[in-house]
Amino acid sequence: MTLHPLWIKQKKFDQKPNFNLKLPGIPMAVKDLFCTKNIKTTAGSKILNNFVPTYESTVTENIWNEGAILLGKLNCDEFAMGSSNETSFFGNVQNPIDKNLVPGGSSGGSASAVAGQLTPVTIGTDTGGSIRQPASFTGIVGLKPTYGSCSRYGIVAFASSLDQAGPMAQNVKDCALLHEVISSYDPKDSTSIDFKRNHYSQELTNNIKGKKIGIPKEYRVDGMPKEIEDLWQKGIQYIKDCGAETIDISLPNTSYALPTYYIVAPAEASSNLARYDGVKYGFRAKGENLIDMYEKTRSEGFGAEVQRRIMIGTYVLSSGYYDAYYLKAQKVRKLIKNDFDEAYKKVDAILTPSTPSSAFKIGEKTNDPVSMYLNDIFTVPVNLAGLPGISIPAGHDSKDYPLGLQIIGKAFDEQNILNIAYAMEEKINFKNKITDWWIK
Amino acid sequence: MSKKDSEYLINRKDNQYEVVIGLEVHAQVLSESKLFSTSATKFGAEPNTQVSLVDAAFPGMLPVINEYCVKQAIKTGIGLNAKINKRSVFDRKNYFYADLPQGYQISQFKDPIVGEGRVILDMPNGQKEVGIERLHLEQDAGKSIHDLDPQNTFVDLNRSGVALMEIVSKPDLRSPDEVNAYIKKLRSIMRYLGTCDGNMQEGSLRADVNVSVRPKGSKEFGTRCEIKNVNSIKFMQMAIEYEANRQVDLIEEGKVIDQETRLFDTKKNETRSMRSKEDAHDYRYFPDPDLLPLEVSEKFIEELKNDIPELPDDKKKRFIEEFKLSSYEANILVSDIDTAKYFEEVVAKMGKNKDIKLAVNWITGELFAVLNSKGLEISQSPVSAKNFAILINLIKNGTISGKIAKTVFELMIDGDKDPQKIVEEKGLKQQSDPKALEALIDKIINDNREKAIEYKQGKEKLFGFFVGQAMKASGGKANPQLINEILKKKL
Repeated sequence: MTLHPLWIKQKKFDQKPNFNLKLPGIPMAVKDLFCTKNIKTTAGSKILNNFVPTYESTVTENIWNEGAILLGKLNCDEFAMGSSNETSFFGNVQNPIDKNLVPGGSSGGSASAVAGQLTPVTIGTDTGGSIRQPASFTGIVGLKPTYGSCSRYGIVAFASSLDQAGPMAQNVKDCALLHEVISSYDPKDSTSIDFKRNHYSQELTNNIKGKKIGIPKEYRVDGMPKEIEDLWQKGIQYIKDCGAETIDISLPNTSYALPTYYIVAPAEASSNLARYDGVKYGFRAKGENLIDMYEKTRSEGFGAEVQRRIMIGTYVLSSGYYDAYYLKAQKVRKLIKNDFDEAYKKVDAILTPSTPSSAFKIGEKTNDPVSMYLNDIFTVPVNLAGLPGISIPAGHDSKDYPLGLQIIGKAFDEQNILNIAYAMEEKINFKNKITDWWIK
Repeated sequence: MSKKDSEYLINRKDNQYEVVIGLEVHAQVLSESKLFSTSATKFGAEPNTQVSLVDAAFPGMLPVINEYCVKQAIKTGIGLNAKINKRSVFDRKNYFYADLPQGYQISQFKDPIVGEGRVILDMPNGQKEVGIERLHLEQDAGKSIHDLDPQNTFVDLNRSGVALMEIVSKPDLRSPDEVNAYIKKLRSIMRYLGTCDGNMQEGSLRADVNVSVRPKGSKEFGTRCEIKNVNSIKFMQMAIEYEANRQVDLIEEGKVIDQETRLFDTKKNETRSMRSKEDAHDYRYFPDPDLLPLEVSEKFIEELKNDIPELPDDKKKRFIEEFKLSSYEANILVSDIDTAKYFEEVVAKMGKNKDIKLAVNWITGELFAVLNSKGLEISQSPVSAKNFAILINLIKNGTISGKIAKTVFELMIDGDKDPQKIVEEKGLKQQSDPKALEALIDKIINDNREKAIEYKQGKEKLFGFFVGQAMKASGGKANPQLINEILKKKL
């Protein structure tokens, strides 16, 4: 009998552990959007139901190189398109907080696995909030790094100019350590940036005295529950307790972020997903001819949400509509980036709620895509501007569901937001209310 | 059709039409590896043996630009006297096809790497300038093979991702002959630069041909049709001729020309509609988010400029000035880089006392004839430039006559033999000893007394007879010039 290479790696570690590595023998499950060599990688889609890559993503490669061992692949929204992990071909993911709750998405499997302590830490990907929103919904820490910090090589692409891998963990320190492992310059990704990376975990400090933290007024959106506003105010108090200062700021174009995102992301997705055509790998439906085969493969292989976004993306790139949608969205994207640049002349980081609500019930928003999209209202601007953002658990709502606060940093300033999160974490002293429902 | 003043016009009862042609030439970049991956680009490899995960568009695979291909494109731009754009952008051209693994082709749409330029054509009635609109880099698609199986189409991705330069001309061409000259000139420039091998049989150079017609004298353009993917100059010329006549016929019949894409059927020698403007693909171009805009510095461009060899136009000018060649001769020698190389090597090997005119005549005469008959390129010449130069020198210094030289040349072909040795071994050295020749001529005059008298009486034609006799007696080796001199003196 031949042993699976992962078993061999595990046995080797048991016999001769190397604790000089950063993740020695740590079993780790990862989001099924990362290609893992010789292990099925589906992106939560029927169209990749049978796909086994012959290659490893750079981010997971970095993790295994530090001694971690793959524990399994984690469910996610199909092609990372979703905010509740209900679009996966393999079924929805439940929240360890309550089995009737969504864990958020698209890294819902990752968030639930960490919150439920099925994996010590994990990685997700974040295109519009896919790490921070589920982290917030499940009471864990999630970091979306600066665009270009973590290689996109080997990650099934959703929207190339927004996608970024990042760590998800029980606490800020683990999050910093994992980020230190996964962030690297990679010549195989042309958008990877060669900048000097910190030793994030070693340099982690809770001393944030004198830091200036911006509070953007535009994030006080209509219809936002009072509990979220209260949480935000508590966050401001924590910041002050840490010896930092808060400053009211304005990010005037915030309200355009969501519509901009829902043009840019589907546009890129419509093109990125064109390769799933049944010709080379993955699911193929039988057809009368090439066109028929394409149509059937893609109709049967993609779920409704993916099809919706492909159609939106195809539409906004069509001749005659390109200028009005895609080009305009790119211009607005620049304005949103400029808003942050202006703000960072006065402040070191920005504090906002992570999401406009706590986790919702499974099935609650499946028939209302717009209400679903609104979940990402606080996270999307960060992706559009290519900035780092971290969500930390900061409290509970009246139903005892976790709520998160988001700290947004300057580009490449992950160390700073990790420090702020670290300092706040100490003050917040959050306890996740896991009921272990899946064991009982 | 009339060719008055070598103008190409299509004649109908009362009207004459001018043909307007623009070309989109797809030239394969000469490069070991592909535009965005490290796979090999060798022609004729087993199907699907030169395909990387990037070329086959596996999930999560990303393109990384090949710097060498960028350099090649810029060099070509410089060779086309064109503006090099320091910032260019790669776009995705989206469409579905079985041999397009990504579901899009990475190309350059709005911001190409090379902007406007020009090339000069040498036409029989003078020079003609053709404007270049742009040059951009793009990926080639794979190949669909439909005729190997009745049920299935096979796909070969070896070409998928190979770097192409699309060179778009302005609608400045007016005849099939100009198209011929234009393609040859482009190919010549790119071969000089080493940026494209120009091999049309292997598909390294193909073109989409845009054709429209308009009444002679009209300034407005007619509706154009695009003939896709024509892969030989001959077919381009045939397609243009057919298409222009088809369009003229439509106009003459009072019908409208539809702007459309057409295919050229090489067997039936006709163009056929492929798709109309209404059916045209909407390619949904947008900047490829996997690639940052391509930025090159002034220094980068300058360094490439310093790397540019002497190009055909300059070489021609120099040949005319330095070697006193005619424009016609210079053209023949420079149009193909290997011919120019051979010629220059011959010139160099001939040393000080050289007869360049003689060398040119021999290259364009004897050598070309041999290459033609054997179907060889000059780079495969059976006679090396070195031995060729020795042969020319042997003629020049009177060691052998031109006639004997032809015999020697034929012997040289087999195994690139040294002509000096051939002359010695076969005893072909020219007789240039005046005393020996005088004795020989005295004997001939003696043997042909009557004819000598007739000549003296005015039958001058007989001079040739005596020359012939002398040559015959010497076994063809007598120096003809000396024979002439001595005969004139003696007769």
